[in-house]
Amino acid sequence: MSDISTAFVLAFQLIATLDGELVDIVGRSLFVSLTAMVAAAAIGLPLGAVIAVYRFPGRRLVIVALNSLMGLPPVFVGLMVYLLLSRAGPLGVLGLLFTPAAMVIAQTVLIMPIIAALSRDAMRDLYEEYREQLCSLGAQPHHAVLTLLWDGRLRLVTVVMAGFGRAIAEVGAVFIVGGNIAYVTRVMTTTIALEASKGNLALALALGLILVLLAVGVNGVAAMFGGVTSYRRA
Amino acid sequence: MFALGTKAVAVAFSVLVLGIDGPTLAEQRYITLASTTSTENSGLFRQILPVYTAGSGVEVRVVAVGTGQAIRLAANGDADVLLVHHRASEERFVAEGFGVKRQAVMHNDFVLVGPRHDPAGVADSKSAGAALTRIAETRSLFASRGDDSGTHMAELSLWRSIEIHPGEASGTWYQEMGAGMGATLNAAVAMGAYTLVDRATWSSFANKKSLNILVEQDPALNNQYAVILVNPERHPHVKATLGRSFIEWLLSPAGQAAIAAFRIDGEQVFFPNPD
Amino acid sequence: MSVLPLLLKGVSVHAGGQILIDGIDLEIEAGPKTVILGPNGAGKSLLLRLCHGLIGPTAGKLTWSGSDSTHARRRQGMVFQKPVMLRRSVRANIAYGLKLHEIPTAHRQERIERALAQTGLGHVAERPARVLSVGEQQRLALARAWALQPEVLFLDEPTASLDPSGTGAVERIIEDIHAAGTKIVMTTHDLAQARRVAEDVIFLHNGRLTERASPAKFFSAPESEAARAFLDGRLLW
Repeated sequence: MSDISTAFVLAFQLIATLDGELVDIVGRSLFVSLTAMVAAAAIGLPLGAVIAVYRFPGRRLVIVALNSLMGLPPVFVGLMVYLLLSRAGPLGVLGLLFTPAAMVIAQTVLIMPIIAALSRDAMRDLYEEYREQLCSLGAQPHHAVLTLLWDGRLRLVTVVMAGFGRAIAEVGAVFIVGGNIAYVTRVMTTTIALEASKGNLALALALGLILVLLAVGVNGVAAMFGGVTSYRRA
Repeated sequence: MFALGTKAVAVAFSVLVLGIDGPTLAEQRYITLASTTSTENSGLFRQILPVYTAGSGVEVRVVAVGTGQAIRLAANGDADVLLVHHRASEERFVAEGFGVKRQAVMHNDFVLVGPRHDPAGVADSKSAGAALTRIAETRSLFASRGDDSGTHMAELSLWRSIEIHPGEASGTWYQEMGAGMGATLNAAVAMGAYTLVDRATWSSFANKKSLNILVEQDPALNNQYAVILVNPERHPHVKATLGRSFIEWLLSPAGQAAIAAFRIDGEQVFFPNPD
Repeated sequence: MSVLPLLLKGVSVHAGGQILIDGIDLEIEAGPKTVILGPNGAGKSLLLRLCHGLIGPTAGKLTWSGSDSTHARRRQGMVFQKPVMLRRSVRANIAYGLKLHEIPTAHRQERIERALAQTGLGHVAERPARVLSVGEQQRLALARAWALQPEVLFLDEPTASLDPSGTGAVERIIEDIHAAGTKIVMTTHDLAQARRVAEDVIFLHNGRLTERASPAKFFSAPESEAARAFLDGRLLW
């Protein structure tokens, strides 16, 4: 109990004093996860829309694969990316291991299937509504893909936010490929794990609370952005 | 932080597009040190590394994992310098050509901690071996790291010395946590279990609750740390010059003094050099 | 180059072991407003979708005059029972089809304005299409189709979900579209509407083309028993 109440006090103090280390870590968390979100969205959204529109051999297999990959354990992704980026691995020469870039790559791999699968789901419903009308107006499948992405933008914001939520909250992948190096690759979640392992449970909890605030903030911004482009009853 | 991200991209770009050699870029002014959680989490590195960086201009980036994992990282060439605490593994690492030379850098000791009411009655044991024998006989809960770390391997060799095979009781009184020292301590607190921990981690651990030291000061509990430069002949990108200078500093009077000066609540938890 | 007449030869559609359209032979020529009548489930909507190319026949053949099928595709439009509104403004809904038809930007604006004026939607041009009333949405669907200046317009029960005034507005626009030279092919289950609109009647029953006649003949002296029953309100399915 005391740990929990202490955590709230600590969280407030950390924020109120704009603790330098906290600012550094929060900034890196946002940078890494937002970059991963943008990269994963750039691949996942068109992929989801294409799968919703086109019929091709192996399509069902791709859908099953994406749905399954949504549950990828972060540690597994972390290991795979580690093996790729390790000096002993195929991309070792890039020297990306233990850098924020490696963390971005790992989180992109982690959330791309989520964004693709969920956007495909959203696009499928919309395409059911649109298909005959688009066809009647002379739209080719590639037109349909672009139309769905634009007209489905409100739901896609939610989809992308789901991906961001998973990225900013995961610890397994960034720990392995980032190494949790202070001031280089330390992010919110690895700090929480580190402080918990040092027995600083209240501090770990306080950081967790700040992470929640952060997620709320980013989603709030997304909702505002959505509100601007949305129609009241759309 | 943005600069770091950009730098990484720039490095990737220059390697890919401009075909710049790895080693040219490798001599950036930082080295990667693969080490154990005890040295990082106790706060030792946080105190001594800035001293080194101030003097040399070289940043030391610490990846703190278990000894077993640190050795694997270094063997893959993902670190320039290795600082761990399991002699047999270190010697094998050098013998297999992954490291240049093993040099002892500091030591402290392990302690056996357990619940204050001491269900196995180990508090008055003459040795760690005797205490572990009592724990096994009374089948009292023991939390093992179970993660191939230096502490884990030290614990296993203690069991071997008394010819007990706790692995056979795994899942009953002997619990293999498969976790870092901190997580294992948190679990021991929650379960009321005994566990083996290095003194530095124990002293800096903030969630001791009902756990306290029951057995210490046994020569068998000595905990030696050594430092090894990853072999640049094996991994040409290793920043050998910078790594060597860091090792020299650690072993120099200045480095040794910095280690000796580190205190947790007024207590010295790392002792310079000799094996 | 006209794409009409449209010729159907032995066109059938089977699905799930059922015969939904059964060997229809039909010629749809330019000119009069054709109304497809028939009870629920007769295959009216399906026949329209076949003609419009939204589904393919299981057997038989549809042929547009002139061999270029892409050209034929661009010369026809369709309005659905439930208007499908793109999630953008009224104006953008109309512009969407024009862009797909690669109408030069210079002409687009003029066509949009005309379509808005012709359907009485000028005052809501900038509103999101999905906040319009159902009647306005159906008018927008007509405007969107009309802006493409089709040679044939298929309408599938276009007033089924509208109130009398909405229905009146839609019927008036259909008249205007026809007057401007577009062939109308429309389904309805509303006999009164059929009497008001039709200049050519096609009666479907159980997927078969049972009767085709002028409205004068069809409504006063239908040839088939099914059509008689339908007009008397006895044929419910």
